[in-house]
Amino acid sequence: MNRGRRRLAMVVLLVVLAALLGMLPRAAGTYDRQFRDAPGARPSARFLLGTDELGRDRLARLVLGSGVSLALAPAAALLSVALAAVVGGGAGLAGGWVDRAMAAGTDLFLSLPWLFLLISVRAWLPLNVSPWASVLVTFLLLALLGWPATARVVRACAASLRNSDLLLQARACGCGGARLFLVHVLPNLRAVLRAQFWIAVPVFILAEANLGMLGLGVAEPLPSWGNLLRDLEDYDGAIQRPERLAPLLLLVVVMSLLQMLFEREDFSA
Amino acid sequence: MKRAHRWAVVAALFLAAAGAASAGGELRMVIRSEPKNLHPLKASDEASELIRYFTSGALIRLNRRTQQFEPWLASQWRLEDGGRRIRFRLRDGVRFSDGTPFTAEDVAYTFRVLLDPATASPSADAFLSGGRPEVRVLAADQLEVNFPKPIAGIERLFDQLAILSARSPNGETAVLGPFLLAHYEPGSYLLLRRNPHYFQRDERGVRLPYLDAVRLEILQNRETELLRFRRGQIHLIANLDPELYLRLQAERPDWLHNSGPSLEAEQLWFNLAEAAPIEPYKKAWFRSAYFRQAISHALRRQDYCRIVYRGLATPAAGPVSPADRFWFNRNLQPASFDPGRVRRLLEQAGFKLEGGKLRDSQGHAVEFSLVTNAGNRNRERLGAMIQQDLAEFGIRLNLVTLDFAALIERITRTFQYEACLLSLANLDLDPNSQMNVWLSSGSHHAWNPNQKAPATTWEAEIDRLMRAQAAALEPSKRKALFDRVQQIVAEQAPVIYLVHKNVLSAVRPELRNVEPAAVPPQLCWNIERLYLVERR
Repeated sequence: MNRGRRRLAMVVLLVVLAALLGMLPRAAGTYDRQFRDAPGARPSARFLLGTDELGRDRLARLVLGSGVSLALAPAAALLSVALAAVVGGGAGLAGGWVDRAMAAGTDLFLSLPWLFLLISVRAWLPLNVSPWASVLVTFLLLALLGWPATARVVRACAASLRNSDLLLQARACGCGGARLFLVHVLPNLRAVLRAQFWIAVPVFILAEANLGMLGLGVAEPLPSWGNLLRDLEDYDGAIQRPERLAPLLLLVVVMSLLQMLFEREDFSA
Repeated sequence: MKRAHRWAVVAALFLAAAGAASAGGELRMVIRSEPKNLHPLKASDEASELIRYFTSGALIRLNRRTQQFEPWLASQWRLEDGGRRIRFRLRDGVRFSDGTPFTAEDVAYTFRVLLDPATASPSADAFLSGGRPEVRVLAADQLEVNFPKPIAGIERLFDQLAILSARSPNGETAVLGPFLLAHYEPGSYLLLRRNPHYFQRDERGVRLPYLDAVRLEILQNRETELLRFRRGQIHLIANLDPELYLRLQAERPDWLHNSGPSLEAEQLWFNLAEAAPIEPYKKAWFRSAYFRQAISHALRRQDYCRIVYRGLATPAAGPVSPADRFWFNRNLQPASFDPGRVRRLLEQAGFKLEGGKLRDSQGHAVEFSLVTNAGNRNRERLGAMIQQDLAEFGIRLNLVTLDFAALIERITRTFQYEACLLSLANLDLDPNSQMNVWLSSGSHHAWNPNQKAPATTWEAEIDRLMRAQAAALEPSKRKALFDRVQQIVAEQAPVIYLVHKNVLSAVRPELRNVEPAAVPPQLCWNIERLYLVERR
């Protein structure tokens, strides 16, 4: 991808983020207000994207929901990838029984019935948590549960580095395990970790929407891209009222722009 | 002459149409879950009960439209000995689906199976509520059932009692209903075929049912159900969601039925259980009738009907819906939104508003959680609206949606909740079926179940009234007693009733004779008289 397109992507992304940021203070004050005289209103000068079924301003909810998702999904993805880097990278680098044990642990983690575990986790959580606390808990859970698949990929890459000339030389120079991992292995895994990070962000946004069905998602009245996308369950409604597609459109645009910022070669290990 | 010719054509067309009524056809409809048990005495879930209704015969049937009992397998019945005995005379010439004759011995056998603990029939408890009944066969077509104590409204129990054959080699698969189960493909569909020996005939002497078969497709997804209905792959949709109803209304208003308020009520209650692991100061709020009444008057029920249910619901005044014509207390009005009254009631309960937050007499900010089941969009919206209504009075409500099983666990076993939003349907019209809801010792006494002794004087009063109405036989006396129960519930607000959503359904024009009712099975209660005509 040429540098010009990357610059363009960066500019567009900054414009989108600046616009969202600019509208955030107003949105934070009105996102939960129900205009009961105008439920399901069409776009107008009063409500640029219309209102939802409860009469809440769709634009205000989209702006705040974008803020929530764009702040927390990447944070969760970062934590998840960090865990995967430690587990997968450590296993790949160590080899032998440590590798086998960590790989088995990862496989075991992947095979657990997460749906039931999540239901149990929700049962343990206190009921009286504010919507903001619920959103933090949701994304923390996603981060803590989302690392195993990434860890497998990272482990494979780290294992390929284990007997490389680079590490052989580092070991010959007396590098210990931690230094070897932090200084020599991690920088070489950077591209794959970055790729996994960008894969995880939209996955976590959508996972949050699905968690809502288990009562683990972002609690009312706080919006997120996840719960705004639930509007699209009503297929006919989305066709008749295209403004409902705005969260999906914004998600696609932001994710595409973020992907465009990193060249293909960045993702090759 | 010309005129006579025209009348002859009209008459011919009429006869052709009448002929079409007995022309058969296969009715296709959807059930939303797999039937859990096909034994007619063990049916407990909605799908199993529908199959029982289509395949079984009862001695007495509740006409879902008129809400009156009518003779069915019994041509006559009479209550004797102060309601301790019910005597039946059975119809002549009735046969099971395999041709075995129906006699009083079959009813006696049905009772033996029903009351056998090994059957574990959910219907048995209602018959055993006054002690074990005894059945005496008087003749092949006559019998009496003796109860140790009188049971008020006893007829309703016989509407749900499927009669089994004592002599048929086919066991419970020999049925007296209009259809019999021909094929069951688990996870896919059930096919019911016409019972060739069904006893009912129409006014012209044609043997019922008109339909040849009923195909019940197992399908959970409501959007897919709507799609199949539009394509003509199914003939009806019962219990339509308001959103889907309005969507169809734009296309086919003539296919829709709005039968008014349902028997179901959306309701909110606070956890008053002694053992509930919640802070003592919160228990004190919830136990205050002033607090509960204030919450009730802070809610805008009209808005819930208009916005969440798109105008297809009615504000609820109490536990009984206006759809239950006899038992509904017409003197009750839904609690109106009244900010002045809310503030007065909260003041009386010792609350005060400070800096936009409501605080109790000890200075605790009023904040509590409301649990409901995840996945029900209308209920989630209702919760969000309640959240805003209460915020106006400085009350912070945390809405928590939980998986249904986890929710039931909390409200029935662990009592780890503060308030709950759910709906309850009184599908059986008689209040006797709700004894375990209203008695303080009842397991379904939502706000404080299984009490050893009534916790409050008004609960003791409800216990007394419910027992008195169960022992009374005169309907008017029972009605007066149950009206008082509804009055107490409205005054004390242990449960805050919100809305009754309407019974909405869609029926394709080729299906005829449909008479929607509030009592299940709402669209198919007269299944034996439904018929299909060919569409041009």
